[in-house]
Amino acid sequence: MSRIRLFVGTRKGAFVLTADGTRRDWRIDGPFFGGWEIYHAKASPADPQRVYACQWSGWFGQIIQRSDDGGASWEPVGNQFVYSGPTGEHLWYDGTPHPWEFKRVWHLEPSRDDPDEVYAGVEDAALFRSRDGGRRWEELAGLRRHPSAGTWQPGAGGLCLHTLLPGPRSPRLIAGISAAGAFRSEDGGETWRPINRGLRSEHIPDPEAETGHCVHRIAMHDSRPDVLFMQKHWGVMRSDDGGATWRDVGGNLPTDFGFAIEVHANQPQTVYVIPITSDAEHYPPGGALRVWRSTTGGGEWEPLTRGLPQTHCYVNVLRDATAVDTLDPCGLYFGTTGGQVYASADAGETWDAIVRDLPAVLSVEAQTLP
Amino acid sequence: MSRREAAVRIVLPAHLCTLAKVSGEVVLSVREPVTLATVLEALEARHPVLRGTIRDGHTGRRRPFVRFFASRQDISHAQPETVLPSAVARGAEPLLVIAAIAGG
Repeated sequence: MSRIRLFVGTRKGAFVLTADGTRRDWRIDGPFFGGWEIYHAKASPADPQRVYACQWSGWFGQIIQRSDDGGASWEPVGNQFVYSGPTGEHLWYDGTPHPWEFKRVWHLEPSRDDPDEVYAGVEDAALFRSRDGGRRWEELAGLRRHPSAGTWQPGAGGLCLHTLLPGPRSPRLIAGISAAGAFRSEDGGETWRPINRGLRSEHIPDPEAETGHCVHRIAMHDSRPDVLFMQKHWGVMRSDDGGATWRDVGGNLPTDFGFAIEVHANQPQTVYVIPITSDAEHYPPGGALRVWRSTTGGGEWEPLTRGLPQTHCYVNVLRDATAVDTLDPCGLYFGTTGGQVYASADAGETWDAIVRDLPAVLSVEAQTLP
Repeated sequence: MSRREAAVRIVLPAHLCTLAKVSGEVVLSVREPVTLATVLEALEARHPVLRGTIRDGHTGRRRPFVRFFASRQDISHAQPETVLPSAVARGAEPLLVIAAIAGG
């Protein structure tokens, strides 16, 4: 029978949650790296036992950890993230130039084909790659050398590259940067172009500018790499041309603010979001935690509530804190800033908490094992 | 140990002890004259995982929330080439690497 393994990154360590294919009884291991912030942990598609985790603290900086046994044991690897060439400047919060400074890794994206190859999206926004299992990191500096980079400005969470989608059968890479927008490379990260046409952001002087949009997350199904779904600072968007143009598919959502967006593993037209009241109130509308599902690729949404708290719930669900498994029916998972990890073994119809009292959850990744 | 090396004791914050898989003090042979820079170099050579955690691995600058205490003095702002107090340099007292107190 298949097994599911979840890698949960929290403000105070990482946890590994495992269950068989029924997804009823979960074993919880951890904390690993107790006391450190784990922004993200993700397994290699090419070797399910190879897992990468980014471990950070405000005191001691960035550590990259690697596991070769599915998360049971870990080894620190490389932690040198040095920008390539001239450091350059972006805009600071007050609009003045500010030199690029490495702060932390937000997102690790292991390569589809090579367990030793892994990308890191970092703050201040840049893309790094390791080809030796995380020991040495090299910047793919073409992104930061885009002519617009000097105008990029951080959002409240920092100037961070938080989303990276490698194309399933091509050298395409799609990156999301808060608050610069979405960018696409067709040559494996050498050159990039902004892909923000159709986005509208009222917090920038020109709401339809080429860059400056606070993209929160982008999701894609491998079977349709040109179809992209985006949760923006405000706005749930869809592109059918690899990001060249976007249209609003927020439809009947109670609010189109939020962080997470996810695509069903087996139904590429089915999309999930978790609406959050507003940029000023980072909790679900009315204190009711609801996942909203569209089976039409956006536009028409239905709330999924069974098993989720519908009163007095004021948690947030962060951008990397949702995941799907690839079983049938598809399993859905998300973690909250209140420390709950919720699971649905029936594509969102019913939910239950795997665990309720972890530290604030920053990320959840699901791995389907044979 | 040669006559020109000293046994220097270092006390690390708990998180760095965990990371380096050490308990208690770290004792290192450090070539004289013993300075902050030579102690940190010896520490990072013995425990490469600590590179970048106490001082920036690229610039060498002390991380902002890390402090160095020696012989009841805060020497965090001293130049890295400053010779450490003799009690620390000869191992009578440890060099304390301190993580700033903060909540959260």
